[in-house]
Order: sequence, then structure tokens, then C-alpha cells
Amino acid sequence: MTTNMFVREGCDIAWCPGCGNFGILKLLTAAMAALELDQQQTVLVSGIGQAAKIPQYMQVHFFNGLHGRALPVATGIKASNPNLTVIAESGDGDMYGEGGNHFIHCIRRNPDLTNIVHNNMVYGLTKGQASPTSQRGFETPLQPAGVILEPFNPLAVAIALEASFVARAFVGHKEQTLDILQQAIRHRGYALVDLLQPCVSFNKLNTYQWFDENTAYLDENHDPHDRIQAFASALEEDPLRLGVFYRKEKPLFEDQLLGHKKEKKPLFQRQVNLEEIRRLVQEFNG
Amino acid sequence: MRFKNEISIVLVGEAGQGIQTIETVLTRTLKAAGLHVFATKEFMSRIRGGSNSTTIRAASSPVRAYAEEIDLCVLLDGDAYSWIQERITPDTLVIGDPAVYDHLDELIPLPLADLAKQVGEKIYANAVACGFVIGLLGLKSALLEKTLEELFGGNQEVLDKNLRASRLGLEQGEATAKEKEWFCDLQTNPQIAGQLFLNGSEAVGLGALTGGCNFIASYPMSPSTGVLQFLAKYAERFGLVVEQAEDEISAINMGLGSWYAGGRAMVSTSGGGFALMGEGLSLAGGIESPMVIHLAQRPGPATGLPTRTEQGDLDLALYAGHGEFPRMILAPGTLEEAFECARLAFDLADASQSPVFILTDQYLLDSSYNVPELPLPAEPDEHHIVETSADYRRYALTESGLSPRGIPGYGQGLVCVDSDEHDEAGFITEDAEVRTAMVDKRLRKFKGLRSEQTVKHHLFGPTDYRRLLVGWGSTRLAIEEALARVGDPETAFLYSPQVYPLSEQVQEHLQGAQRLIVIESNATGQFARLIQRETGRQADACWLQYNGRPFSVEALEHRLRQEVTS
Ligand SMILES: Cc1ncc(C[n+]2csc(CCOP(=O)(O)OP(=O)(O)O)c2C)c(N)n1
Ligand code: SF4
Repeated sequence: MTTNMFVREGCDIAWCPGCGNFGILKLLTAAMAALELDQQQTVLVSGIGQAAKIPQYMQVHFFNGLHGRALPVATGIKASNPNLTVIAESGDGDMYGEGGNHFIHCIRRNPDLTNIVHNNMVYGLTKGQASPTSQRGFETPLQPAGVILEPFNPLAVAIALEASFVARAFVGHKEQTLDILQQAIRHRGYALVDLLQPCVSFNKLNTYQWFDENTAYLDENHDPHDRIQAFASALEEDPLRLGVFYRKEKPLFEDQLLGHKKEKKPLFQRQVNLEEIRRLVQEFNG
Repeated sequence: MRFKNEISIVLVGEAGQGIQTIETVLTRTLKAAGLHVFATKEFMSRIRGGSNSTTIRAASSPVRAYAEEIDLCVLLDGDAYSWIQERITPDTLVIGDPAVYDHLDELIPLPLADLAKQVGEKIYANAVACGFVIGLLGLKSALLEKTLEELFGGNQEVLDKNLRASRLGLEQGEATAKEKEWFCDLQTNPQIAGQLFLNGSEAVGLGALTGGCNFIASYPMSPSTGVLQFLAKYAERFGLVVEQAEDEISAINMGLGSWYAGGRAMVSTSGGGFALMGEGLSLAGGIESPMVIHLAQRPGPATGLPTRTEQGDLDLALYAGHGEFPRMILAPGTLEEAFECARLAFDLADASQSPVFILTDQYLLDSSYNVPELPLPAEPDEHHIVETSADYRRYALTESGLSPRGIPGYGQGLVCVDSDEHDEAGFITEDAEVRTAMVDKRLRKFKGLRSEQTVKHHLFGPTDYRRLLVGWGSTRLAIEEALARVGDPETAFLYSPQVYPLSEQVQEHLQGAQRLIVIESNATGQFARLIQRETGRQADACWLQYNGRPFSVEALEHRLRQEVTS
């Protein structure tokens, strides 16, 4: 698990020492290597934030776009070339805050992509404001009296929208997280992994120890096909459950597009059919 | 009385009364009779009630612009008259239901409601009206029947009722013409019957298909939706990915994802929607992605007049997006140009790795007329993507500023694009030198765009002009017709669908004008400002209109006559 083709050696990493992002980088590249993903056919898409810098430290095709917009870009890529393995990765602020609307609608579309959210319950890159997943009472320079908003529950929302794969992991648990990431990438359809990750610089509340003490895996007999059970588990806060909550086989966005019905080739391999256009133009002579 | 070689027909009614159907039936029938036909509609932002109208001009020679004058006006409901009153002259024949318009002295009675009821429901009033017009003009009933069969052939009962209603109308029309001794000597040309008849949305859509568009993600907004719907209709036939995005922000980002993966994407939107795309436009600039943006203008600010027309978003297209990066704006003025600009936009965007706008407006999109043909190319455009080598660098510094564009899954290299400032390989950098080099590289691409004359400009009228009229986009045809009507030997009209950057040839023409008059459908003279910014030449006058309606030929003619004699 030390070196693999997805690891970019010798780059200057901008994360703080001890940041949970390091563990995610390691686990993600390991999962990709273990799955023997074809490097030429794998694209990482991210938004903006500390988490979103992850593709910069990897050997992979990447599209590091705008804050909150990773999912529409990833959807556009997947729909244009369904042969690519597409992973959209970013922070909780990026995916659930700025990108909240896209999160909802991406789940409804169900493209075959993996959505990994580095959930550190804080905005890292902009130095410590509340994120949608910050707990009530969490004090920040912008919320000096503590957060008064109800925390966003990404798993409950995803299950409510019948996302096809919903999981939560904690970067401190290497083996289990590696397994969950592999399952998510292998899954055909939209797969959410809410990945708990301490921000050692700006979140002094949700530390490694806190996550260790406040999380527990789903029961062994948890049935991921049982939506009600999955939803109930997603509502548990004390402890926060880890594992694969829900999975369901669903038709893929890209498979249902009319534009892919007659022709399966990626868009870049398609030819303009001038003859057919000529025929269409003639239909306007009525 | 006789009709000259041209007739202008206006039909007014409530939304929901089928004005669109009437327009389709009449334009098809008139064209089938061998007449040149132009139609444009005007409607309120509501689904039922209110007032909508269609203006149809039919003539022996080509007609392609909106004219106010009405020869024949058909009133379909009680409110219609007040909406159209200003355009009615003593020569206008006003046709309406005597039961509704008993107070109008000049009314030519047509018992629309009674006749429609004889057939069935009152919705057949529009078939009665169509029949009446065709009968009044002395055209063959068979032409009208054939059109109705084509449109309603799928439902025998509906077809039969439409045929019966139109026959009742036709008889009345013929009887009226006979009684009042009207006859029509419009010269017809059988070749016109076989010509194309389309509207602006269809022209943009066909151009996009021809340019190789294979991906469109958009969010509905009038008047841009027509293009989105057109492409959706042909998604399967042409292998086109079409998605109604959750918002415009998503739409443009999906489009950028598509170009990244090798698609040829476009978005279709209007000012309010494009406002949301500003950050995506800037992203296209930063990652040097091609992008095609169809921006269909309507009056703003905010939601403005949702169903009406204006040229108020040139500044928006010009300045939207933070940071400095090249872009191109094409503003077609005819249907052929709409087709050509939409087609070219894909090649230009691909070749320049920059966003290209197709700037239209409601008037252009909702106007239709016959065209002999569309300029289809002999060969499809080439794609400008390259197969990558193992050491591929997406942002390699080159003299032209263009780095060969690779896509994932095609070649041996990795395609790394980043919205942060990046080095040649696509990795984030804060290095001052690299930053400067990257800005320079991006702006160098612009040089190619600037010098090229991509869509031909036109100079109408004398070449040794003293007075130069300049218009852009959909005002073209009305200015052209007004100029022809006035025929002043010292006045010319300069027009270029490529409004930004302004090509050198256009700039030369502008410099040569002693008196420069810029005509635009906005309140502040946005194009005049652009000309001044680019060439230093200030306009001597701006003729502006921003009431939500298109310039009419008559209004421009009047203005020009005043100008010429002053
Ligand atoms: C449109 C826009 N608004 C704001 C920002 C500033 N910004 C950058 S990252 C960020 C928050 C990131 O938080 P999160 O996604 O939780 O990532 P983390 O840094 O914690 O990994 C913000 C607000 C931006 N880049 N773009
Ligand atoms: S600020 Fe927080 S999330 Fe960002 S690198 Fe530092 S520890 Fe990690």
C-alpha cells in the first residue's frame, strides 16, 4: 500500500500537519489501486476548499473547478463519456453548502459516480467558519455565540432521496474505510461516502478522539436494502453510525439519456451526420 | 380596391385562443400559394387571457422585417381592438364579430362565434378566421385544406371540424371580397412553395446541430427555451445529450464537464439565467475550455418583460465573469446568420478554447420567414482535440497562446485542469512569473479572434457614404428595409454579426463615416459604447428604443427621412 500509480510523489502538500485529509489521500489512492482502476480512464472532479485540493496530490486526470460545482461537472463528464470512472470529491461546505442544490439533484439523476465528502464539520480553507454539518453551539469567529442552525444530515437527505448508495466512514479507521471506498467506487450509480475527517487547525471540538468516541458501526444484521432501517440509523446522533447504510440498484442517468439510445460511443468519437441534418432541414419546407 | 404587391395581416386574440395555430396555418398556406411570407408574434406573459397577436406579411418579393401598417386586421376577442388600435389606419380592413364589436363603424362583420358553434366549439373560430383570410385574398381553398390536413391529420374528428369551419370562413371571405369589389393581384412564384420556412429558434438549433453540438444542459427561461426544446426533440435522432439542469449554474458547469470529456456543449439561456452563469463563464476563461452560450435577450433588469424583446445584454455578455480572458460575441440578424453563427460558434470555441456567445433576442427567435436554403457545409468541422502523449501538459506555453487540448481517455497523458492559477501541467501555483506567463498566454489567444473576420460583415447602400447607420443583431432587416425605402445616396448601413471583437475591416468602415448613427433596442447605446471603446470613434447620434417591442420599418423610415432632410 506504499506506492501505487495514483500517488504523485514529491509534491508540496498544502495541508496542515496532522490533517485528516492525508489519511483520505492515502486510503483513496489505495482503494483505486486495489480496484485496479485504469489510470487513463479515471477522472477526479473537485470543487474548492482544502479537501478539494486532493487531486493535486494524485496521478490522475482531474478537473478542479469551482466552489460547490463538482457534481454538475462530474455529471457532464460522465454523460459525455460513460466509459470513464468519475469520482467527485470535496469538503462538507463545498458539497452540502454551496453545492447543496446540486447534491440533491445529482442524487435524483443517479449518474454512475462516486461522491466522497471530506466532512470535518468546519470550513478549513477560509479559516474556521461553521459548515452545514457543524454542531449546534460550535463556536467560531463568525458564530461567536455558537452555531444556532440545525446541522445538515447528508445521510438522511440522501436516503430520503433514495440515493443508490449511502455510507459514512471515519478516516481514523483505515481498514473499514478502505473497504467502504472500494464498495462505493464499484457501485453502479450515485454513491455517497460521507467521510469524517478531523480539521486539526480549526475544529477543536470534533477531534480524532471525539470521532473515535462518538461513532459506532451499524449493527452486523443491518440490512442495507431496508430503506426505513437505513433512515432510522441515519437519524442516530449518539453515536454517529458508520458503514454502508443503504444501497439500491437503480437505472443510471447516462443509460437513460435519449442521446445514448442509438449510439453508445463517447461523444468525442461521434461524427456529425450531415446527411441526416440535410434531411432534417428539408423537413422545414412545409 | 385592390391589394398592392404586398399585404400585411394581423390577427389579435387572447392567449389560449390559438394565435400560434393561426399563424402556422396562414403562413404555410400563403407560402404554398407562392408568396414570400414573414411572421412575428407579440405576446403577454400569461397562459390564458391577455392579448397576443401575430403580424403576417405576404408579398411578391422577399419581406423579412416587422412593419406596423396593417392592411387586414382580424379581431378574435373583445379586448383585441384596444391592443391594436394604434396600428389601425383608415385603410385598414377590420374584421370582427359583429356581436362583440357592434360599436365599430368600420367593422367588416364576420360572425366568428356563430360559425364556430355551427361546427362544434368556439375554438374553431380560428379555423373560420383562416378560411376568411384565404377567401378574401382569392386563394385556392385546396391549399388551406392541405395545410389543415398536414397539421391535424392525426385526428380525423378534429381535422373534419377544422375543415368545415375553414370552409364556412372561406365562403364568407369570398362573398365579402365580391360584394366590396376587392381583388388581390399578388404575384406568386411556384418556387417559393418549396422553400424552407423556419423561425429563429429553429435556425439556431439547426446551426448548433451542424456545428456538431452533442450536449446541451440548460434551465428553461423565455425566450431561450425554444432552442433547448428544439434540440431535445432531436436528441435521439442525432445522438445528443440533453438535460434540464436544476439551475443555470449547474447547466454551464455540466457543459464545461462535457467539453472536458470531449463533448461539444452549449447552454441556452436568457439574461437572468446568464447572470447566474457568470462564475461558470469565468471558469471557462480560467481553464481555457471552449463553451458555446446562446444568450437570448429579453428586457430587464430583473425579470423585466418576460415575453418581449430588447438588446439590453450586450454589456452583460461583454463584461460578465471576473478576471481577464478572451471571448467572442456573435449577434445574428437574419435566420441564415442565426444558423451560421450557431454553427460557427462551436468551431470557434473549439479552436480558440474560449467562450463564444450567440447573442439573439425574442424578436429574432420568434420571427419566421421563407429562406431558399441554409448554408450547410460540405464537410463537418474538424475537432481540435489532440491525442495526448505521456508527458502531456494541458497548459503548455506556446506562441499562439493555444495549448493543444487533450481529453481524458484519449492518449497516454493526464489531462489536469484547475480553476486556481496553474502551471503548464495544471497544478496550482502562486509563482509570480508563472502567473504573468499564464495571463499573457490566455490573452494571446485573443489576437487570433480579433484579426479574423469570421462571419462576413455587410455594407448596404452607397460605398461613398457620408452618413453611416450601424445596427447589430435583430435590427438588421428593419434597418435594411427602411434604408431601401428612403434610398438616400449619401446614407449607408454597416452591419456585422461579429460584434466582439470588431474586425479590422468593420473598424475601417466606421472611421470613414462623417456622421455615425447607431441604432439599438436598448436605452443607453451599448453597442455605440463598444464601438467607442474599440475604435475611439464616438457615435454622433443613437436611435434607441426600449419599450419591449421591435423597431418597425416605418419608425426607422420616418426617422431616416427626418435625418436626411434636416
Ligand atoms: C463562490 C465562492 N465562495 C466562497 C469561496 C471561498 N471558499 C473557499 S473554500 C470555502 C469553504 C470550504 O469548506 P469545505 O468545503 O468544508 O472544505 P475544507 O476546506 O474544510 O476542506 C469557501 C467558503 C470560494 N472559493 N468561492
Ligand atoms: S485547515 Fe483543517 S482541513 Fe485544512 S488542511 Fe488544515 S487541518 Fe486540514
